Amino acid sequence: MPQDIPSLSDFLAEPIARRALLACLMIGFANGFVSAFVVLRKSALKIGTLSHALLPGIALAVLMVGLTQWSALAGAIFAAMIVGLGSIFLSRTSRLDQDTSMGILYTTAFAGGYLILTQLNVRQKLDEWLFGSIVGMADSDLWIAFGISVVAVLALTALQRPLLIYLFEPNIAASLGVPVRFLNYATFGITILVLISSLQAVGCILSVGLMVAPAATVYLLTNNARTLFWGGGIIGGLGSVAAFFISYPLGWSVSSTIILVLGSLFLLAYIFSPRYGLFSRRAKA
Amino acid sequence: MSSPHPKEHVCWGGGCEHSHHHRLEVRDLKVSYREVLALDGIHFATECGRSIALIGPNGAGKSTLLKSLANLLSADQGSVIWRGQPLTRSSHEIAYLPQRGDVDWQFPITVRGLVEMGRYPNLGWWRSYSRHDSEIVERALAAMDLLDLQDRQISALSGGQQQRTFIARALAQEAHVLLLDEPFTGLDKPAQENLSRLFKELTAEGRLLIASHHDLQTVKGFYDDVLLIKKVQIAFGPVETQFTPENLNAAYGN
Repeated sequence: MPQDIPSLSDFLAEPIARRALLACLMIGFANGFVSAFVVLRKSALKIGTLSHALLPGIALAVLMVGLTQWSALAGAIFAAMIVGLGSIFLSRTSRLDQDTSMGILYTTAFAGGYLILTQLNVRQKLDEWLFGSIVGMADSDLWIAFGISVVAVLALTALQRPLLIYLFEPNIAASLGVPVRFLNYATFGITILVLISSLQAVGCILSVGLMVAPAATVYLLTNNARTLFWGGGIIGGLGSVAAFFISYPLGWSVSSTIILVLGSLFLLAYIFSPRYGLFSRRAKA
Repeated sequence: MSSPHPKEHVCWGGGCEHSHHHRLEVRDLKVSYREVLALDGIHFATECGRSIALIGPNGAGKSTLLKSLANLLSADQGSVIWRGQPLTRSSHEIAYLPQRGDVDWQFPITVRGLVEMGRYPNLGWWRSYSRHDSEIVERALAAMDLLDLQDRQISALSGGQQQRTFIARALAQEAHVLLLDEPFTGLDKPAQENLSRLFKELTAEGRLLIASHHDLQTVKGFYDDVLLIKKVQIAFGPVETQFTPENLNAAYGN
């Protein structure tokens, strides 16, 4: 271990480290909780495109009003709407399907956003948006992350009963009286909010992992959709905290370590799950 | 809990007098997808206690008709009257059972969990699940002979058991009208006969079943009435009088 790194206990005495630890727990939990929705909705790829699409929105906001938490947040929401709705519009008005339209829109948007950010004097910030900055969060960042987490967990919990019917049978849930359109908008809003918090933690390139891997892991262990939400939250939260402790002595980037830990947990479940693991499937076949 | 024998007559609560006033009327129904006309001039009336085979060639609009009866599609024209009133959107008396191919069988849910979904129209978002609700779920499971399988994940069921699980959900919903999309498709012979027997029990209890069906060989044994369509209505009435070569030719012939 390099000599110039203070010991872990010294580091933990610093406010910045405690904030990072808290952020790992909160953002990890909220993203893991929402990952249940992403997995059941089978929208992992869409999340990937959305997360990249947020960058130009942030860039534009920075260009216009300077970099603050709120301008970044507003820019991100704006960009997500443009790409999300724009792809629907493109696919309706041309012969392309929505996936194709989204593919073009988000890469174009991302490229534009990258160029804007490189022209500005925010080189360091750029890296943070690309790869996250969970270490180095200010108190205000932490409060925003906390607010987002609380809203996401409460909303998804309150909506759980109709939401599960909607997720199970999106096309016929309406026949049971489930408010499908409302759920569509509500969950899109929640997804964007949580995406912003994961953007801060692990950056737009890795955020898909944080919003998919936790529930995907639990998916291999349970037959209960409700368990997916809380289980995903616990794996996301504890996995991120574990990653914090693993990364520090090794000098690794926290965001990459978080995704690595979550990916490893998924791999373990994939291989060893008693019901749906590699071995149990072989035993059945 | 009394015997789980499927023949047991159960009153499913909620506004279920088994009178002959349970009448479903479809008046001049017309449905189209954007510019494309899918159904036109569907016009028939029936009562509870009947089972109706919905028959017609591919693309005749069978699924479209079922979905518009379930209010999953909105009609351009015409109306569906149930018990003297227009069928409203979330009427819990109508249950739609999807084609088995349209269901995500890997979804993390057990047989019981799926049947419990049927209580949603009564419970809404937050009202807590009472003893009354769980009794109804138990009875629905028992009637479909699923009590032993209630903790199974739904992909670990046979085709017939999967079909029964969705019927059990309709029972838990206290539905009077069951709309089924190809319920017999993909079932082996014994499972088909078992399902046919259940159909007869359900209609004997005063329910109305409307099911799209493609195997012309089995229509006679399985259903009371037949509704033949090919975008327009070709025939409607008892199987004995309407399931005729002439009518079939009108639907399937060129």
